[in-house]
Amino acid sequence: MSKREEVKLVNVPSPNFIPERDMGKPLVLEASHLGIDFGGLRAVDEFNIAIGATEICGLIGPNGAGKTTIFNLLTKVYEPTRGMILLDGKDTHNMKPAQVCEAGIARTFQNIRLFDKLTVEENVKIGMHNHIHYGTGTGVLRLPKFWSEERRAHEYALELLNIFGMADLAGEQAGSLPYGAQRRLEIVRALATQPKLLLLDEPAAGMNPSETEDLMNNIRKIRDDFQIAIMLIEHDMKLVMGICESIVVLNFGKIIAKGTPSQIQNDPKVIEAYLGTRKEG
Amino acid sequence: MLTYLINGLSLGSVYAIIALGYTMVYGIAKMLNFAHGDVIMVGGYVAFCSTSYLGLGPIPSTLFAVVVCTVLGIVVERLAYKPLRNATSLAVLITAIGVSYFLQNAALLIWSSNPKSFPNLVGSIPNIVIGELVIPSTAIVTVIANLLIMLTLTMFTGRTKMGKAMRAVSEDKGAAQLMGINVNRTISVTFAIGSGLAAIAGVLLCSAYPTLMPTTGSMPGIKAFTAAVFGGIGSIPGAMLGGILLGVIEIFAKAYISTQLSDAIVFAVLIVVLLVKPTGLLGKKVSEKV
Repeated sequence: MSKREEVKLVNVPSPNFIPERDMGKPLVLEASHLGIDFGGLRAVDEFNIAIGATEICGLIGPNGAGKTTIFNLLTKVYEPTRGMILLDGKDTHNMKPAQVCEAGIARTFQNIRLFDKLTVEENVKIGMHNHIHYGTGTGVLRLPKFWSEERRAHEYALELLNIFGMADLAGEQAGSLPYGAQRRLEIVRALATQPKLLLLDEPAAGMNPSETEDLMNNIRKIRDDFQIAIMLIEHDMKLVMGICESIVVLNFGKIIAKGTPSQIQNDPKVIEAYLGTRKEG
Repeated sequence: MLTYLINGLSLGSVYAIIALGYTMVYGIAKMLNFAHGDVIMVGGYVAFCSTSYLGLGPIPSTLFAVVVCTVLGIVVERLAYKPLRNATSLAVLITAIGVSYFLQNAALLIWSSNPKSFPNLVGSIPNIVIGELVIPSTAIVTVIANLLIMLTLTMFTGRTKMGKAMRAVSEDKGAAQLMGINVNRTISVTFAIGSGLAAIAGVLLCSAYPTLMPTTGSMPGIKAFTAAVFGGIGSIPGAMLGGILLGVIEIFAKAYISTQLSDAIVFAVLIVVLLVKPTGLLGKKVSEKV
């Protein structure tokens, strides 16, 4: 893999920074002093982050550091105990997960959660739920609006599936797909919600090196084609260092380092907490 | 013989319509709504009142019953089941039984325990006579209504956006809401459909068996639940098949074996089917991945 040019990070107000090219555009996400307690356990504390409009941000840390908890906070699966989340400038306080999704955050899951009994295409259309516009009566009576909306949905679903070359699998049952294809379908389904920010929870888990390589290209392609921000949790350092423009390192629920891939690789705190001994990036 | 078959199909179609309500609510909300049978009774009373007191025709009074029951279904879900969304299934089950008693006793207060004689709402259509065989109009209307409902529901869940959302919620509520689906609304819609169907079933049932009492709904409710389990709970064609088979078995048992034992025979068949095929006739076997 050719070494990419590192993107320059610049400061925005608050202790955060975003890629230089996203300056002047509204921040897609800003979280400040975010935290959650489970009983007496302070699972996440003082989580501050800003994500630029087209940034690819990595969230790394040892097992149990609270990475998935952060995703659950951002999507409101958990109600934060402290702090504030601004999604595209809007406070997500009081929003339910479905509303957060509509407002622009989509995600995939660490352990695949597709609708196994539905077909691949239906899974993608579930993602498009809030972008298909017809009433129940129209649907049952098969009025022209139903056909035009369903055709539009069908075409868009195939177009999205094609990003991963999966259009020919549209009619298959999602549960019968091989593992790698299920992981890709989850990303397609999330994209179908037309998010501004895509959260990927360990997208490369269980993939072999060549699949991971494809995945990296696809993540980059999604960012370029859709002009959205992507935040990903990943343990595969080759992927993280290869495509992330900024990296946040979490340990025991707290941010211990933030910066560009090379800053992170050379941060003694990170090396101590996460990498153990220093390795080739 | 043919007459029994026709009666069986007719009764079975009523069971099938009720079973659809059970199966949809179970499939999507993963709860057994034991108050479903009593919604049938409410539907029957509403249709009875609108024909007898308001003087409405058969179709308007049926529609009125459907509207009242749909609203009732949504209200019951909001007040009784929604607060228990994350409670154990046992708590929800007990609540459903409570709602069932509540509806029965409310009906007792409003309409008293005296049986009401239900006017045959489909009686205006003539019976079909072929030689010696008389096909009652009630049977024809019931079977046709059942087929129409079945077709509409299959189209609805299979193709429409709301139907897909229902199937998604049925599989994984958490993932569905993170895809932007309003889970609570989807469940409300399911209850609305189930209760509306119960009203239609109530009108058809009372047209065929014209005695209306506050407990009218409980026995057909339990039998329809049996039918839903028999066909494979959660499956729409399963509810249809289970309902019709159950109706036919019941009528034949009444005719050829014993009137008193017919119910026992029906439930014995259920037990045998469940022993042989625990997921019901059309239920899918889910093998857990290890």
